[in-house]
Amino acid sequence: MNYRMEWRKAVNAVMLTLTGVCALLAVSVLFFILGYLVWHGGRALNWEFFTQLPKPVGEAGGGMANAILGSAKLLLVAALVGVPIGFFGGIYLAEFGGRTFAFLVRYTTDLLNGVPSIVIGIFAYSALVLPFRHFSTLAGAIALGLMMIPITLRSTEEFLRLVPRALREGALALGASKWKTILTVVVPAAYRGVLTAVLLAMARVAGETAPLLFTAFNNRFWSPGWSQPTASLPVMIYTYAIAPYEDWHRQAWAAGLVLLGLVLITNMVARGVLARGMSAQRS
Amino acid sequence: MSIKLALDQNPQANPLRGSLAVPAADLHLRIKMSSLNFYYGSKQALFGINLGIAANRITALIGPSGCGKSTLLRTLNRMHETLRHTRLEGEILLNDENILEMDVTRLRRRVGMVFQRPNPFPKSIYDNVAYGLRVNGYQGSLDEAVERSLRRAALWEEVKDQLHKSAYGLSGGQQQRLCIARALAVGPEVLLLDEPCSALDPVNTAKIEELLFELKQHWTIVIVTHNMQQAARVSDFTAFLLNGHLVEFRPTPQLFTTPADPRTEAYITGRFG
Repeated sequence: MNYRMEWRKAVNAVMLTLTGVCALLAVSVLFFILGYLVWHGGRALNWEFFTQLPKPVGEAGGGMANAILGSAKLLLVAALVGVPIGFFGGIYLAEFGGRTFAFLVRYTTDLLNGVPSIVIGIFAYSALVLPFRHFSTLAGAIALGLMMIPITLRSTEEFLRLVPRALREGALALGASKWKTILTVVVPAAYRGVLTAVLLAMARVAGETAPLLFTAFNNRFWSPGWSQPTASLPVMIYTYAIAPYEDWHRQAWAAGLVLLGLVLITNMVARGVLARGMSAQRS
Repeated sequence: MSIKLALDQNPQANPLRGSLAVPAADLHLRIKMSSLNFYYGSKQALFGINLGIAANRITALIGPSGCGKSTLLRTLNRMHETLRHTRLEGEILLNDENILEMDVTRLRRRVGMVFQRPNPFPKSIYDNVAYGLRVNGYQGSLDEAVERSLRRAALWEEVKDQLHKSAYGLSGGQQQRLCIARALAVGPEVLLLDEPCSALDPVNTAKIEELLFELKQHWTIVIVTHNMQQAARVSDFTAFLLNGHLVEFRPTPQLFTTPADPRTEAYITGRFG
């Protein structure tokens, strides 16, 4: 009897340690990566990095201003493509969707979410690059926009569904049409959640490299226009990291640090927005 | 907004006649339901209901849970249409106009509704009351309309200094009166109340009941209630429903003192339900 109790205590201790260590590992991965980036890229991170163009091989210094602006442009157009489609599609699913068609939409968006980003890239390449015979910012942005659709759509649907039925009925009973109810009551009640989803979707595609490799391609200078190739942070990291120069490696680390920093900040802003929304609804 | 009691122009269409000890001459019917059947999918919830709702009176619908009283109430402003797979047969006339052929948003402006749980929008008190006016393109002064509606709902004195604060800061009873103000703001003829006090304490319940007495001077009121004392206190007529059938419909004092049907008697004396 006593022996069995001891055995149980031992198993308990082992399992507790095991699960605890795994949980700790999961947390430490992020901090390890962050620390590594700061260690290697921190030194290359200075004012010039944000304001100057890349220097030719052999010259010290230079920055990635063109890649930062390029990433911003790509994300802007990606959001313009992905957010409206995802948002209105989500409204349809939450408010109107019939059984069969809604199932079809849900299933396909889930599949689209699982399509490897390189495949999205090939698609954009053959549809938007080959016919025009050159790489373009727009093609890359649209590829990223396509990737934003499923996340935005499904989250919009989820957050709209969280809005209590009583609120919809209250508006309908006052003579509001279904569309007015959605736009003036349901969406305002869910907008923090939807906004969070959009921010997270943007954070998710901000680091995508594969779809950009053969759509937006890369550029050592300022991108001359939407129909021309542009530099972007993820592709710059790729290019600089595999180059054989020591100072390029450092710049790649710095670019990684900037990218991760932006994603983390977006994440925290999104969570803040969501938390404030929740507490405001409860009080 | 005062609606004068008019003579019933068409006594033949008055389903209350004969069964009521009220002189038909001073009873105008605002709503007439005839042979109303209602289905949730293949399940029938209402069976051949004939019911007249008297203008400027309070009509209470009572009965055990699941008897169809809320369903009946919701057909009056066609809220049942927000649920899928529901079907309504029969005729409902609002001032001799068939509501099933009306534009539904217009109907709901004429037949307002207050729900079981207070459901203010996550907006300010002012915006809650103004909501119905705004979506219906109200032209007059919003400030005046909001104040008028809040006064009618006996809420103005309590909220006049915090009109632009969130409605969620109000107490449950205040929220329910806000919902009444919101419904009154769009200028309905009929007010439907679906167990409006079931989430409130006795003090707030008394306030709402007092308010209903005031409101019936101008509005026709239909109230669903679980609480028989409430039906007896506030209503002029009471309809008792059981399993989707209208069992008895009479002036409230008569229904509660000398019920004609043994099932009504069993219910009001607490033998079931």
